[in-house]
Amino acid sequence: MSIAAPLRRNLVTPTTLVLAALAVIGFLFIGMRLIYGLGAVTNLNSGYSWGIWVAIDIFIGTALGCGGFSMAILVYVFNRGEYHPLVRPALLGGLFGYTLGGMAAFTDLGRYWQAYNILLPWHWQPNSIMFEIALCLLAYTAVVWIEFAPVFLERWRFPAIKHFLDRWMFVFIALGVLLPFMHQSSFGSAVLVMGTKLSPLWFTVWLPLLFVVSAILMGYGVVMFEATVVSNSFGLPSEHALISKLSRVVGWVTVGWLVIRWADLLDRGVVSLAFAGDLKSWTFWIENALFAGTAVVFLTPAGRASQRASFLGAVALLVAGALYRLDALIIGLRPVGNWIYFPSLPELMVTIGIIALEILLYLVFIKMFAVLPVAEESSPRTADRRLP
Amino acid sequence: MAEAAIAPARPPVIWLHGQECTGCTESLLRSYHPTLESILLDVISLDYHDTLCVGAGKQALDYKHAMMEKHKGKYVLVTEGGTPMKDGGIYCKVGGKTQVELVREAAEGAAAVIAIGSCASWGGIQSADPNPTGAVGTQTVIPGKLVINIPGCPPSPYNFLSTVLYLLTFNRPPELDQQNRPKFAYGRLIHENCERRPHFDAGRFALEFGDEGHRQGFCLYKIGCKGPETYANCPSIGFGDGGFGSWPVGTGHPCFGCVEKETAFRKPLHALSTVKTLTPPTAFPQVDAEKGQGISVGAAAAVGVVGGMVVGAGAMLLKQIGEGKKSAPDSTKERA
Amino acid sequence: MTDVDRRDFLMGAGFAAAGAAVPTEAAAIARPPKEMPPQAVGMLYDSTLCIGCKACVAACKAANNMPVDIPEHLSDWNETTWDSAEDLSGHTLNVIKVYRNGTVEQKDREIDGFAFIKRHCLHCVDPSCVSVCPVGAMKKDPVTGIVSYDPDACIGCRYCVYGCPFGVPQFDLNNPFGKIAKCEFCRHLQKDGKVPACCDVCPTGASLFGPVKDLEQEIERRLAAPAGTPYRFPRGKLGEDRPPNVGTIPSYIKGIYGEHEAGGTQVRYLAGVPFPKLGLPTVGPQSPASLAEGVQHTIYYWLIAPLVAFAGLAFLARRNAPRPDADNTPKSQGGRS
Repeated sequence: MSIAAPLRRNLVTPTTLVLAALAVIGFLFIGMRLIYGLGAVTNLNSGYSWGIWVAIDIFIGTALGCGGFSMAILVYVFNRGEYHPLVRPALLGGLFGYTLGGMAAFTDLGRYWQAYNILLPWHWQPNSIMFEIALCLLAYTAVVWIEFAPVFLERWRFPAIKHFLDRWMFVFIALGVLLPFMHQSSFGSAVLVMGTKLSPLWFTVWLPLLFVVSAILMGYGVVMFEATVVSNSFGLPSEHALISKLSRVVGWVTVGWLVIRWADLLDRGVVSLAFAGDLKSWTFWIENALFAGTAVVFLTPAGRASQRASFLGAVALLVAGALYRLDALIIGLRPVGNWIYFPSLPELMVTIGIIALEILLYLVFIKMFAVLPVAEESSPRTADRRLP
Repeated sequence: MAEAAIAPARPPVIWLHGQECTGCTESLLRSYHPTLESILLDVISLDYHDTLCVGAGKQALDYKHAMMEKHKGKYVLVTEGGTPMKDGGIYCKVGGKTQVELVREAAEGAAAVIAIGSCASWGGIQSADPNPTGAVGTQTVIPGKLVINIPGCPPSPYNFLSTVLYLLTFNRPPELDQQNRPKFAYGRLIHENCERRPHFDAGRFALEFGDEGHRQGFCLYKIGCKGPETYANCPSIGFGDGGFGSWPVGTGHPCFGCVEKETAFRKPLHALSTVKTLTPPTAFPQVDAEKGQGISVGAAAAVGVVGGMVVGAGAMLLKQIGEGKKSAPDSTKERA
Repeated sequence: MTDVDRRDFLMGAGFAAAGAAVPTEAAAIARPPKEMPPQAVGMLYDSTLCIGCKACVAACKAANNMPVDIPEHLSDWNETTWDSAEDLSGHTLNVIKVYRNGTVEQKDREIDGFAFIKRHCLHCVDPSCVSVCPVGAMKKDPVTGIVSYDPDACIGCRYCVYGCPFGVPQFDLNNPFGKIAKCEFCRHLQKDGKVPACCDVCPTGASLFGPVKDLEQEIERRLAAPAGTPYRFPRGKLGEDRPPNVGTIPSYIKGIYGEHEAGGTQVRYLAGVPFPKLGLPTVGPQSPASLAEGVQHTIYYWLIAPLVAFAGLAFLARRNAPRPDADNTPKSQGGRS
């Protein structure tokens, strides 16, 4: 049995310094964007009104933050308590994935000083999928913080509040499963309005289902990824036994996802587009190959047994899910008019800075708070040869 | 050319007037290059001209016949004014002969025939609907013979004289368009060379005479300028040899398309013209133009550097995991 | 532990949301199409009448207080005197573009010809921008059908730009306080009984304003008449006593753009060159908004599915989550120790 404890390592390491520097650069550009406008920083245009800030920071970022959601399904809905050690790190990932995703959304808003309008009931427009996403994202971000709150309450010793929270935690756990179901599927619905502006390789009425299932998959992917990276980097107990059990489930869900995807493609008879030889068709194949590769790794006993293969499988799954979103939002787009888009350097630096900040905060939190499962004896480890 | 113009034997010219207003002659009399006196005294020998003849009546007609006889096959016939065909051509007579007879008679011995003005070219104003006299242009009267048309109301004397000089110099007519107009003068659309064209392209129009746009010198298209369907050199040389800027559009009146058969006297003065834009302006946005920012060097570098860092870190991590793989997977196993 | 039961329950509760959303046919799930308001106003743009003078672009800028648009690549010869907008933008609500082919000899001919095209908001009957706007900044007038924009509500998410099937709404990216720019049929002028600026100044009647019903009849008349027939093309506003532009019926290509596109629009196009060549996107007859809303409304029908799912999840979570009084070790073990 393992319990969670802070790692209590040095916060200032080369890794954290590099991440901090990247985050600072990103935030300088965010400041520039707020002062000089979106055009001064981004390459957005009329054809591509949503760039990587939306596609990567929000759509992919929150999907990567679905670890907490995916683990909650497994642990609380399927009652697989043995995976519990993976829940807190997953929640932590979700905490930053969603909080910083929300921040990126705010940065991306063209009229951010009016952003509060979304909270004013007389402005509500319930037909809008964006409205649903916005409220759901805000609510879920709050829920993740509440779900994670016991960690702070333990650390700063507020037993009364913690006790109260623990009693009612099931409500937030339920919300923590329901809300991502809603907004991750709505991310797919949000693309439904594109109609002919999105390549038929991605546009389908099944988009909501494909989005939410791939978000769950990415959630598992990120849990495996985190567990492997963290346990290796900090020399913690390996979670491979748990991961290899989990990966079988993930493999089957991936197969299910691919079956829906391809049945729909064949049903609509648009597979020929995948042989057009253009960028769209190539990314389509890469994306599908990555999903298929994941399934192969996770469904073969040898693949599951090998830590290295499992890790690669998790990475492939994350890249596949991310690419799927990037395709559905940017690469698969057929804008009206001959528009092209590639993010500008400042635009990229903002996204990189936000991701760097996510990783940085994750590292800081696991060192300061009881997130990671360490050995049964609660004393902090002393042999840290692999200090990053 | 200079040699031809000052050749001692000045080519004889027979000038016939039909249904017309003598505006073409008046225009010619106001020619500045060459000037009238040099035309009459040095360039041509104007043997017969209803308006400019010194003699009159039988004397003048006899001289005309004598000269036609003398220079048979060498003189140039110039017709001014339309020819009525209805009722045997009785609506225009000179010396007891109808205009049809006079033109045919004179054309027989002519080396070249030039129809000056829109009336001689294709009937002009008297051929306008309902055309009570059945007026036609010279070409219709003598279908077998080439008639060089110098339309205009009145035509630019520069264009007429240039054609005459060309004939004298090269002994053949200049290059003509489908309506037998010399291309050097009638080859270009007024609209394409108009000094007010930038206003058209910018959408600035005079909406009525004397309004703000009109005073500002905006485009006259909306008050009926026929420049967009009229092929003439007025924007370059002005109208009636009056010098640059001296032409209807330059003075604030829409062009009425006097050199075009289907425009002048056919379309209402202030009706819109059909824009025969040869080529749309280059500044127009293209439907299929590529827009937006592609990949920049900096962005490519950033993607490369960060991508490289991620892949590098991943590879190192993979190596570590590889080491760990030897030990049996165990959740409680601590790696040293 | 009866995992099977639980799984069944999960299928029932958790996937209900997504599962219910998935139809076999796209049309089956779309909500019913919207109807054109009976007094809807619209615009007819006849490409064959357009002479490319851009008076409409200039008048639009003046009427809507928009600054000139000078693309970077033209800026060295054109400082601030000449508005040369290349496309719709944050400062340009309408634009005239040209299609050129080969030798560019004849107007309104596909091969070796050219043609003009005016781009602006088509005022869809079932507008995507109205459907997607989270704060109701885009609204469709129930009487005139004009799709209007309210900058005070807008949060600048640019979902309308992303979702518009015709690529019309534009966000002024270069302004830190930018807003969406789109044609609103000069509704500020219409209040005073005036005609939208572009139709008001159009010298040939290529841009014609009027009630959609009347415009439809006008289109029918033009298409019914054989090419070459003398015709009096109305100018400004249909039914107004302005002198018409006297001309002849050109040879139109078959079809009316905007009649069925995206569920129908209040702006219609006639042309002598196929519409896709003119840069008008090929859009199906189903409005994208009806599909997206149909899916969303199915999932969130009276919020039943989410509420049922929540109840089920809360029950499961309460049963499976660690009891607060079990121990002090946070979330150590579930029911399967």
